[in-house]
Amino acid sequence: MSDTQNPVLDNELPEQTLRERLAQIWGTSPTLWGWMTTVDHKLIGKRYIITALVFLMLGGLSALTMRLQLGSPDNKLVGPDLYNQLFTMHGSTMMFLFAVPVMETIGVYLVPLMIGTRAVAFPRLNAFSYWVYLFGGAMLWIAFFVNSGPDAGWFSYVPLAGPQYGIGKRSDIWAQMITYTELSGLAVAVTNIVTIFKMRAPGMTLDRIPLFVWASLVTSFMIVFAMPAVMVSSTMLILDRLVGTHFFNWAEGGDALLWQHLFWFFGHPEVYFIFIPATGIVSAIVPTFSRRKIFGYPALVLSLFAIGFLAFGLWVHHMFVTGLPRLGESFFTASSMAVAIPSGIQIFCWIATLWDGKLRFNTPLLFVFGFIINFVLGGLTGVMVASVPIDTQVHDTYFVVAHFHYVLVGGAVFPLLGGIYYWFPKFYGRMLSDTLGKWNFWLAMAGFNLTFFPMHILGMMGMPRRIYTYPAEMGWGGMNLSATLGAFLFFASFLLLAFNIARSLRQGKVAGDNPWAAGTLEWATASPPLPQNFTYIPMVTDSEPLWATPEPSVITGLRADRREVLVSTLVDAEPDMLEGSQLASIWPFISALTISITLLGSIFTPWAVVWGAIPIAVPLIAWFWPKGTKEEES
Amino acid sequence: MRRKAVLLAPALLSGCAGWQSTLDPHSNQAAHLSDLFWFFTIVCGIVWVLVAAALIINLARRRSGDDTPEEDTPSQTRRKSWIVASLVALTAVVLTVFTFASFYTTRGFTWADTHAITIKVTGQQWWWQIEYQNEDPAQLFSTANEIHIPVGRPVTLQLEAADVIHSFWVPNLMGKQDMIPGRKNLLTLQADRPGLYRGQCAEFCGLEHAKMAILVFAEPQEKFEAWRRHEIEAAAVPGAPQRVKGMQLFVQGPCAVCHTVNGTDAGGHTAPDLTHFGGRATIAAGLLHNTPENLAHWLADPQGLKPGSNMPKIDLSQSDRTALVAYLEGLK
Repeated sequence: MSDTQNPVLDNELPEQTLRERLAQIWGTSPTLWGWMTTVDHKLIGKRYIITALVFLMLGGLSALTMRLQLGSPDNKLVGPDLYNQLFTMHGSTMMFLFAVPVMETIGVYLVPLMIGTRAVAFPRLNAFSYWVYLFGGAMLWIAFFVNSGPDAGWFSYVPLAGPQYGIGKRSDIWAQMITYTELSGLAVAVTNIVTIFKMRAPGMTLDRIPLFVWASLVTSFMIVFAMPAVMVSSTMLILDRLVGTHFFNWAEGGDALLWQHLFWFFGHPEVYFIFIPATGIVSAIVPTFSRRKIFGYPALVLSLFAIGFLAFGLWVHHMFVTGLPRLGESFFTASSMAVAIPSGIQIFCWIATLWDGKLRFNTPLLFVFGFIINFVLGGLTGVMVASVPIDTQVHDTYFVVAHFHYVLVGGAVFPLLGGIYYWFPKFYGRMLSDTLGKWNFWLAMAGFNLTFFPMHILGMMGMPRRIYTYPAEMGWGGMNLSATLGAFLFFASFLLLAFNIARSLRQGKVAGDNPWAAGTLEWATASPPLPQNFTYIPMVTDSEPLWATPEPSVITGLRADRREVLVSTLVDAEPDMLEGSQLASIWPFISALTISITLLGSIFTPWAVVWGAIPIAVPLIAWFWPKGTKEEES
Repeated sequence: MRRKAVLLAPALLSGCAGWQSTLDPHSNQAAHLSDLFWFFTIVCGIVWVLVAAALIINLARRRSGDDTPEEDTPSQTRRKSWIVASLVALTAVVLTVFTFASFYTTRGFTWADTHAITIKVTGQQWWWQIEYQNEDPAQLFSTANEIHIPVGRPVTLQLEAADVIHSFWVPNLMGKQDMIPGRKNLLTLQADRPGLYRGQCAEFCGLEHAKMAILVFAEPQEKFEAWRRHEIEAAAVPGAPQRVKGMQLFVQGPCAVCHTVNGTDAGGHTAPDLTHFGGRATIAAGLLHNTPENLAHWLADPQGLKPGSNMPKIDLSQSDRTALVAYLEGLK
């Protein structure tokens, strides 16, 4: 495709020709082959988001089944075996297959657009990560449908999940699902970090990086530091189960609490993988719909970092009743409460921005208001459970169930829904209906609160978590019924969203490049974006570039005859060099397939690891086979 | 006296919704926990109302205008920075108060009392083994799924687990404490009023986690002592022919493989000690009230009532089952 002797540069062609040429070079052929080999971050990002939303539906349906069972005392709809699988599937799906991937991969789609570049740093790794994620998620759900769904909770405490008490292959399926999702999560995180560090448009200095991108960066670093802990622990669990090691067997010198330390060292930061990108979404919506630059940009960035650091010092608050030393527990009380400070700064800054703003009450802003109302409540109950004495009463009760749903649904799903209404026009070129959006919001708000608010009281009235039924004489029936009704309302709000999306894809108002008159770079390109994202790489002069100069100046000098991206310096984003970007390839798909088969096989025999190494090596060698191009041309 | 407690139990079971509740403390410790909870709730409630009010005032201040983006003037920035900084400082103060309040509340809970009664409670899938400790081996005895304690005296619970992790939780008296295989956790309880309190396993422990309840009877000292002395005794030898038949079935049949009845040859240790079964309030860790009809039902269909439990279904003729029920219910 390229002629290295006589390269064609973008400034040698008229804009129209250049746009078409680049679209062809960066484009994906509309065939099955094209679909399987593409490395376009927009296609992969969309794929990820849609897959994650499918898992959201599955997780939601498992929750509805549980709510039906708990709607009345002594109910016999679902027995204990299925119920335990259902809540394990619900938690595992929502955390590992929905929330973390969706938050990470909204970034896969948006980050390159927001920082003004044409691709992510490692496009093939990115493509590979999606396939691994898809196969891991599919494995979990297929196992569930053949009655081999994990049943030891999304936290898989040993010894319940260990070789002696975890029957069949259920816990192996769970532990291996972790391996898949961690592999893909780490791949995306690494890609994201390098993209943000090295591929920002010229002029996008550190103080001009959109807050969503900052959030994505902090999350990616957290993933890199936290995920190894769970990879180690899930691998140890598999080894205990598969080849009889005794990492967690106290009778042979192992320790059941070791699992909890390792799991929560990952598990608590994981909550922030979900929450931090959500704050990025809020920080994108608030300025646009208050027509005002965000107040306290530096404070907001520092808050993200503070939350990122503190998140690693809190894990013990999941273990306050395991019998750890009191003084140590008090330290973790203090650090858990300290997270409220950066979170508070964020809330105060958003309100300070809205305060003098010219508010536009479209659906995205409604969801931000809903977010603040619900999340603040969840954050405050978080302060309560951070207190050791209070936690000894509420730990493992419905109070905690209420708390973390307010944090995760109120704090992350509400912003996500706002984000869907906000960016849908960019993704698909058409607006979602604002009227349906408002119905969606109020239905979600009512359903969510009706479901989860009574759970606070249920917990205080002594109802523990993870019980498949309860006797009528406990007096929990009424509030459980309310929660069940609320769950159906809440589910209906998602059906309304699905209807809105289906309808708008065909009949929605055409959006244009920048329907909300927003200020960040993703709105500078067409909706949906062209395959090359930007025909000319924009120059950035402000934290809201399009508000400073609606038609940003551009830089030229990139090749028009091959995939080329501009690499810039880390701090000042000065143009550093030009680099080729990878072409489509089938090898990421094949590698993902062979790795997935090997991981699946290793559930049944340790020899799968040995023999699987061969089919893994072949596509990896093909993937990285030197092409004979010089380094500076590659 | 014992009979009364058992008769009282069903009345309490149906009448009072607060017998497994953190909001109805019946001990000093639970009262402290409840006070702390309400202190946090009120302060947090005020914070939430303030944030919600700020949003609502925002709506009232809603200004219209064109789409031109704006920015804070330097004086606006200064004013807002000052307000935000003060709010952050206030947050820090509140959190510090919370941290110290928590620390001092917990610190009051650990006390060593040489007069304390020590009870070893072992969590098992899915019942509670209770062993009253004593320096004199003749004073040792064990029971299952219910604890009797004297009012106004500290009781030290030695919490262990036989299989997976469980958690001991009787909310009216005290916060919970995990029971972890290979570890020994201590929890001190002291009931300040007589009463019957229900607890339930709070750590997910497998199939029947939902059906693992425990009862705590807080009784006046003399009543407790009477109960204790009676529990130490071996089971009374049955007199009625039907009960004698029941005992033979029990001792010579499969029951004795797992269950113990002191004073007979039945000495199994993997299931609850049934020496004074007839005096207990419930069957199978709170599953059913202990009545002859319920016991017959339980013997006939344990896997239907508590699927997965270790109690197998034993094929018995109607008359054998009646005899067995008569024997067991007579083990007062």
